[in-house]
Amino acid sequence: MTTLLTLNEVHTHIGQYHILQGVNFEAKEGQVTVLLGRNGAGKTTTLKTIMGLTPATKGDIAFRSQSIKKSPTYKVAKLGIGYVPENQGIFADLTVEENMKVAMRKEDTATLERQQYVLELFPDLKKFWKKAGGHLSGGQKQMLSMARAFINDSQLILIDEPSKGLAPIVVEKVMEAIVEMKKKTSIVLVEQNFIMASRIGDTYTLIDDGRTVNSGNMQDLIYDEELKCKYLGIG
Amino acid sequence: MELLVNLIINGLATGMLIFLLAAGLTLIFGLMDVLNFAHGGLFVWGAYAGIFTYMLTESFIVGIIGAIVTGALLGLLTEKFIITPVYGNHIQQILITLGLMLVLQELIKVVFGPNGVAVKTPSYLAGSWEIGDVIIIKYRLFIIVIGFVIFGIFQYMLKRTKIGLIVRAGVQDKEMAQALGIHIKRVFLYVFMVGAALAALSGMLMAPYSGVIYAEMGMEYAILGFIVVVIGGMGSFSGSLLAAILVGLAGSFMAYYVPVLSLAVNMILMAIVLIFRPQGLFAMRKERTS
Repeated sequence: MTTLLTLNEVHTHIGQYHILQGVNFEAKEGQVTVLLGRNGAGKTTTLKTIMGLTPATKGDIAFRSQSIKKSPTYKVAKLGIGYVPENQGIFADLTVEENMKVAMRKEDTATLERQQYVLELFPDLKKFWKKAGGHLSGGQKQMLSMARAFINDSQLILIDEPSKGLAPIVVEKVMEAIVEMKKKTSIVLVEQNFIMASRIGDTYTLIDDGRTVNSGNMQDLIYDEELKCKYLGIG
Repeated sequence: MELLVNLIINGLATGMLIFLLAAGLTLIFGLMDVLNFAHGGLFVWGAYAGIFTYMLTESFIVGIIGAIVTGALLGLLTEKFIITPVYGNHIQQILITLGLMLVLQELIKVVFGPNGVAVKTPSYLAGSWEIGDVIIIKYRLFIIVIGFVIFGIFQYMLKRTKIGLIVRAGVQDKEMAQALGIHIKRVFLYVFMVGAALAALSGMLMAPYSGVIYAEMGMEYAILGFIVVVIGGMGSFSGSLLAAILVGLAGSFMAYYVPVLSLAVNMILMAIVLIFRPQGLFAMRKERTS
């Protein structure tokens, strides 16, 4: 299986704080790689570092064997990495349609077909097509953010805590959508909800205090009570 | 009735000139989070470059083009060499752009001379129309029309074109716009150039309206521009238009009915807005990363 993304001993400083102190993991094509860890472990910063929003100060990040450590965010996105931030990043004054349009880098047939696909995946977006992004519910914003990341033939999508603050029934829908999107793209997922993470993840990376402490197949972690207890506080 | 119409036309014309100045300011402020106190310098350079081009070519239209080009070029240089090193630092922005404002103002005296320059309205825009008892000064109507036309063009661009969507998205969340593949720094540069060109156009149009141009006029009008941006809401183009009209009309009516308050009325309006709606009347919503 082809390796899409590699993080090798990545360090990130934000101001005077040394947030990431050695993050290592690989994301493979066609898989969902889940980043797990306690609050403040550095999962969100890892995604931001990949996107170039909080640039790495040491180590290397490679996408399809090409280093993107020093690439500006817009170039990282253009290489084919979509990003769904924790706060969804919806442009509140733009309608759903405008949010989608602003994300489209091309308006060719393939992009319009992908738009059709995400509208079938998230029918609510079609229903509220002319509604301002700021007036959508939390779940609808999450769906719009995911749809936007998917619209440009992204080979890899980074999704940060998609279940955060959502009702269980909406979480279920979001999870189904991620499973569906997995058929067309690869995903790096940050998720606190271990039940959700274990159901959709293929591999995992455990991050603690800004460092990778363990990686492997999700099936192995599900049965490793010691690891779950030590780093996730489960069990 | 005629008095009312005349006061409204006066107020609208002044409002439109302030709007053109404030429109650039609000875009620069809203999108780039840059406090550009040199905006008045771009305004006065537009006035001088435009009027001298007008005098040389005897064409008011060529003068307007000259002002716009001068403003855009100065905007390009300002963004590249002055603003870029101080992105994200408001204190440094205030200091460096205030310094630039003074440099631009003094350069006017070096290049065009220290004395004010009298400006004549082009013959086809001079004079007035009399409709019953109402006297409509042609140039004021011209400014109102230009103001609405420019508002219309920008509204169309902002609401109906992809570049407009990108600017509106960037105003709301720069990080997310970049994460969608938008080269926001380049957008910043273009917006800065457009803002500077609008300031220069405003200066050029102000010249025949006030009848004289002088180096210090930039700072005087820039303050009005900032008041309008605060009242209208940062980043809101429509807000700037409505606030500019409000400021223009308030100034016009106060100057006639309560002259003693005419200079203070803008500050009073701004204070009221800051007390009851500090984000401005039409501020755009911003969603930030937690």
